[in-house]
Amino acid sequence: MSFMQRIVDFFSKKSTVTQGGGEKAISKQKAGGKMTARERIAALLDEGSFHEYDLFVEHKCQDFGMAGKELAADGVVTGSGTINGRPVCIYAQDFTVAGGSLGLMHARKITKVMDHAIKMGVPIIGINDSGGARIQEGVNALAGYGEIFYRNTLASGVVPQISVILGPCAGGAVYSPALTDFVFVVDNISKMFITGPEVVKTVLGEEISMEDLGGARVQAETAGNAHFFSNSEEECFASIRKLVTFLPDNSRNKAALLEQKNPKASYKIEELIPKDSKIPFDVRDIVRSIVDDSEFFEVQELFAPNAIIGFGRINGETVGIIGNQALYLAGVLDIDGSDKIARFIRFCDAFNIPLLTLVDIPGYLPGSDQEHNGVIRHGAKVLYAYSEASVPKITVILRKAYGGGYIAMCSNHLRADFVFAWPTAEIAVMGPEGAANIIFRSEIMNAENPDEMRKLKVKEYTDKFANPYVAASSGYVDAVITPEETRAYVAHALQLTRNKQEARPDRKHGVPPF
Amino acid sequence: MSEQQQFCEIALEGGTYEARATKKFLQRKPYEKHDPRVIKALIPGVVAEVGTQVGKTVQKGETLMILEAMKMLNRIKAPVDGTVKAINVAAAEKVTKGQVLIELA
Repeated sequence: MSFMQRIVDFFSKKSTVTQGGGEKAISKQKAGGKMTARERIAALLDEGSFHEYDLFVEHKCQDFGMAGKELAADGVVTGSGTINGRPVCIYAQDFTVAGGSLGLMHARKITKVMDHAIKMGVPIIGINDSGGARIQEGVNALAGYGEIFYRNTLASGVVPQISVILGPCAGGAVYSPALTDFVFVVDNISKMFITGPEVVKTVLGEEISMEDLGGARVQAETAGNAHFFSNSEEECFASIRKLVTFLPDNSRNKAALLEQKNPKASYKIEELIPKDSKIPFDVRDIVRSIVDDSEFFEVQELFAPNAIIGFGRINGETVGIIGNQALYLAGVLDIDGSDKIARFIRFCDAFNIPLLTLVDIPGYLPGSDQEHNGVIRHGAKVLYAYSEASVPKITVILRKAYGGGYIAMCSNHLRADFVFAWPTAEIAVMGPEGAANIIFRSEIMNAENPDEMRKLKVKEYTDKFANPYVAASSGYVDAVITPEETRAYVAHALQLTRNKQEARPDRKHGVPPF
Repeated sequence: MSEQQQFCEIALEGGTYEARATKKFLQRKPYEKHDPRVIKALIPGVVAEVGTQVGKTVQKGETLMILEAMKMLNRIKAPVDGTVKAINVAAAEKVTKGQVLIELA
């Protein structure tokens, strides 16, 4: 074969394989509003930055008519490229090739690129679009999944792991995204479940659509498996590119320092908090009045909205922000809110991202529903995660900080580096009404007019204890500050804690209340 | 979360607050005291066999019914001594989770 012939031959081979499952399968994919695997990678990464590996990998299955059957690139595109100039490893399952089904070689391509990511210390992004295990390959397909899950676990806290669900992701396959740090879903395209609607119907007689069982909205709003919900694939890729700007490449580094910008003038912090501590306000506006350019990149916006988590910057430095949202359920901690906060803390701690906690918590959500579903063990995760985190921890108490909620929300006692409180802060063992009812029970009961007496006693308690000064008198609050001073205090605290070091007992690992 | 959501009263230990509710909060089920005399299906399935009759005296641990669910033949046993007051399902009938199968007196 001449040199030219070899080159021509190569291009022909490459062109066949890069066409994936062929025209018919591709048009079917597009009819569903979906891009192809290669189009997705091209849309997500910097233009022309993608380098593909293992294009010519082939499956080895001989059973059930698989011998000699060609599956282009074995149904998955793998490689690396850049996002905003920073390298990432990536794979995208190709649904046009045998439904993106996962066989052993398909899995090996994925684990190879994951190994690269771990070794090189760069984020790994997985685009999932697969019908599931390639049944013909039997237990080898299961082995493939197991190898991926194992690496997801090894990579956890080493490099950021991002999963993008752009099609079905069903059965055991769901556990790879579940082990990763951020899961992106797109309305009407993403479907995630352990057992699909057909099995649910046969086994349980329950009729439920795929969308209602495990569609994007359900995953983002109800189940909390997804962190970002988008309306289109383009919108989804834009938010992945945005997320990456806040993250370091690996746990040995800090996120890139950007140019400092002031918050926008339209967010006037002193006007944001209502005078009455019972009137809700949007805590995200407080965040926007503190962070650079008023840019708050919210994570899990739809799930457990009574707690907010997300990224922002202060003087150019990435900060993980956690807050109680009085707008929903009065900002209580509940099972979902606790899970949401705890996992986010652990992510930030693993990747050297300082934590800023904004407190306005009336307590925990009462009721048998919460108690029986384990609010104790779920709530304990927040205490564990905050206590364990060794990154800079800065807390600002805006209004209510009652009881166990006060302790849990990164109090001085869980080793916040700095606790600041606004003059509107109410740091107390419980809300004034509840406290007065207990402390002055007999006085209220024996009064001529119990309602009047109750009101009097609630006021008495409020005046004496619903403020930041009792806690400040014990040194549990480092400084009482005005809202306008918040950004400056937090920025200085971040500067001061940059080289923070803290001794911890030697151990293999802790045993968090998972 | 829709912005038009109505504010409602959220009662907590320390007082009552005005705030938006979540879907899960609105759908939470009130607590029901468990009555061992009312035997409910713990999992959905199909009644394979009814092994008792109304009026029959039964002893704790006695099998009253076989419920086929999750590919298993599950024996539904009497949780307490008593007499069968009502049998609400028949053989081959599909039952949903929480459906009352048998009531004892």
